[in-house]
Amino acid sequence: MIRFEPRLAPSRVMVYGAPILAVCFTLVAGAMLFSALGYDPLNSLYLFFIQPISDSYGLTELFLKATPLTLCAVGLAVGFRGNVWNIGAEGQLTMGAIVSGAIAVTWYDSTSMFLLPIMIIAGVLGGMAWAAIPAFLKTRFHANEILTSLMLTYVATLFLGYLVNGPLRNPEGFNFPESRMFGDAALLPLLFDESRLHIGALITLFVVLLGWFIMSRTLIGFQVKVVGLTPLAANYAGFNPKKVIWMSLMLGGGLAGLAGMFEVAGPIGQLQPVISPGYGFTAIIVAFLGRLHPIGILLAGTLVALSYLGGETVQMELSLPLAVTGVFQGMLLFFLLACDVLINYRVVLGFKRKAA
Amino acid sequence: MGKLKAVLAAATLALGATAAQAEQTKIGFVYVSPIGDAGYTYQHDLGRKAIEEEFGDKIKVSFVESVAEGPDSERVIMNYAKNGYDMVFATSFGYMNPTLKVAKKFPKVAFEHATGYKRAKNVNTYVARFYEGRYLAGLVAGKMTTSNVIGYVAAFPIPEVVRGINAFTRGIREVNKDAQVRVIWTNSWFDPGKEREAADTLIGQGADVLNMHADSPATIQAAADAGVYAIGYNSDLSKFGPKAQLTSTVTNWAPYYVKRVTEVLEGKWEGNQDTWDGLKEGMVEMAPFNDAVPQDVRDLVEKAKQDIIAGTLHPFAGPINDNEGKERVAAGTTMTDGDLLGFNWYVEGVVGKLPN
Repeated sequence: MIRFEPRLAPSRVMVYGAPILAVCFTLVAGAMLFSALGYDPLNSLYLFFIQPISDSYGLTELFLKATPLTLCAVGLAVGFRGNVWNIGAEGQLTMGAIVSGAIAVTWYDSTSMFLLPIMIIAGVLGGMAWAAIPAFLKTRFHANEILTSLMLTYVATLFLGYLVNGPLRNPEGFNFPESRMFGDAALLPLLFDESRLHIGALITLFVVLLGWFIMSRTLIGFQVKVVGLTPLAANYAGFNPKKVIWMSLMLGGGLAGLAGMFEVAGPIGQLQPVISPGYGFTAIIVAFLGRLHPIGILLAGTLVALSYLGGETVQMELSLPLAVTGVFQGMLLFFLLACDVLINYRVVLGFKRKAA
Repeated sequence: MGKLKAVLAAATLALGATAAQAEQTKIGFVYVSPIGDAGYTYQHDLGRKAIEEEFGDKIKVSFVESVAEGPDSERVIMNYAKNGYDMVFATSFGYMNPTLKVAKKFPKVAFEHATGYKRAKNVNTYVARFYEGRYLAGLVAGKMTTSNVIGYVAAFPIPEVVRGINAFTRGIREVNKDAQVRVIWTNSWFDPGKEREAADTLIGQGADVLNMHADSPATIQAAADAGVYAIGYNSDLSKFGPKAQLTSTVTNWAPYYVKRVTEVLEGKWEGNQDTWDGLKEGMVEMAPFNDAVPQDVRDLVEKAKQDIIAGTLHPFAGPINDNEGKERVAAGTTMTDGDLLGFNWYVEGVVGKLPN
């Protein structure tokens, strides 16, 4: 008989060590997988994890890909801590992209230096407005935010489709569903020449620090955690759960909207029928991989970004199928969860001792 | 130092064993969806296999599948160019601007972009005259329908798709003045669930022949289950409904790919070229007819095919009315390729309004 017995106090070292352990297990299992497929395991792992970031261009691409993931995940993590399950970051991201993109397209010949700051604010507000709907429905009608936020994602992407097929379509684009390219004043400044890494990556770093500060050093951060861990205690303490719901969704929506603005004003440079290849959903994995901690999320976002880049490299170099990216992301999550179980429980062989 | 040299020498020797590879011309393919076993990307992959067969060791071919249109595609194309690839085939419309951005930075790399309209001195575009095959399919559908309701499952209301619907309808009306075409949009290139629903709805509305512009065989399967006819697209889809599929408009990219790769190998490749090949060049083909198609229909289609190849028949030769009765193309004139590129109205015979 194998049983799991809860441990009295999980080791603090292991709580933070588990993600690292999970990465190590993933590497070992990945090596086994590659050799089972008939490829040199070390070379394959090199191609997957090192080759994509072996030059400065690769590094800038890594951070470019990690930026929207990290931004969305930092916002979502606050809600997850407070038991607010915002699954609709993808839609909030799209809404942020739509609102800021609409401004860029409307004033496409503007050279004003205020255009970009206005777009940033508009992106944040767009994401917030979209997240406000689940917040209102939850606080007013007790509607489940998982369902409402998820369904609003589809509404947002269809709305984007309508806009690029109609009002915001490029009048010189042969009726193809795309907006004009944004003017230079509407594009985020690049951090390095010859790269696509833009100033949004720096803002993201700042947001990570801010997120850490809010969660660990402010009253509202404390309230979120208490409401999440023990709703009853929060009630006795007089914390307002509605305030926590609104706060979590506004923060999550605002940051997702900012991520959407960074995508359209950064690497995309126009509005298209699809803005995000699922960043809002992947961010949920990133949030948990990062232990719902902003710094952890930054690391997790970078790691998941690397798994996309690595997946492309092994496709190019070894003709492995795309599924290899998903396999690595899945293994990472699986090993993390497995480690979690072993941190919180101990494996006991034999039958349960009878109480004396 | 001496040791380092020795190591380097050994490494060079090891590489020298594959010296032939260094001489190889490297060609990369970027695919928008999984290769699968039928459909748009599958046909491009057949083209890739054709050049591998044709040129053998002279070339090294690699591909990346399911690359999202937008920032991800720019990175994949960039990585090909950066890693010494000589030629890149970007096979989806949404790769247009990313391809041009990378092409600017790598003037010596040859880029081929499918279905786009922007070119440069090292970027060519190519597209098949699918509409010629659609017209022939229309002749078959017009003859085979008894309910005079014909359904069309379509992806996005972009000119390429509208052109196909119109050519198909022109073919139908050529042989059957009473038949009407009903269109349902799925707003996705690949969504078997939505395509199936759309097909079932059209069958429910009385359609006894279906056509489709989408990437999955769901429409053929729906027709097979309901016992009605359907026409395939991209690939021969008869294995998904041997009795249902009347024929299919098949794209064959192989001759074009072989031609362009030959040019690169011989140093004769040039940019700024636009290719629209059709039945004549073999880029568009018709799949074998279903046994249910009578001989007189086969003869009719064959005759029209030869006329199109000879240039005496054009699916969009005037007079053409739109579906609101307004004359759009006068008798004696034919729509130019430029007109076809921006098609945004339905011809007579299509029911409904184009979404805008």
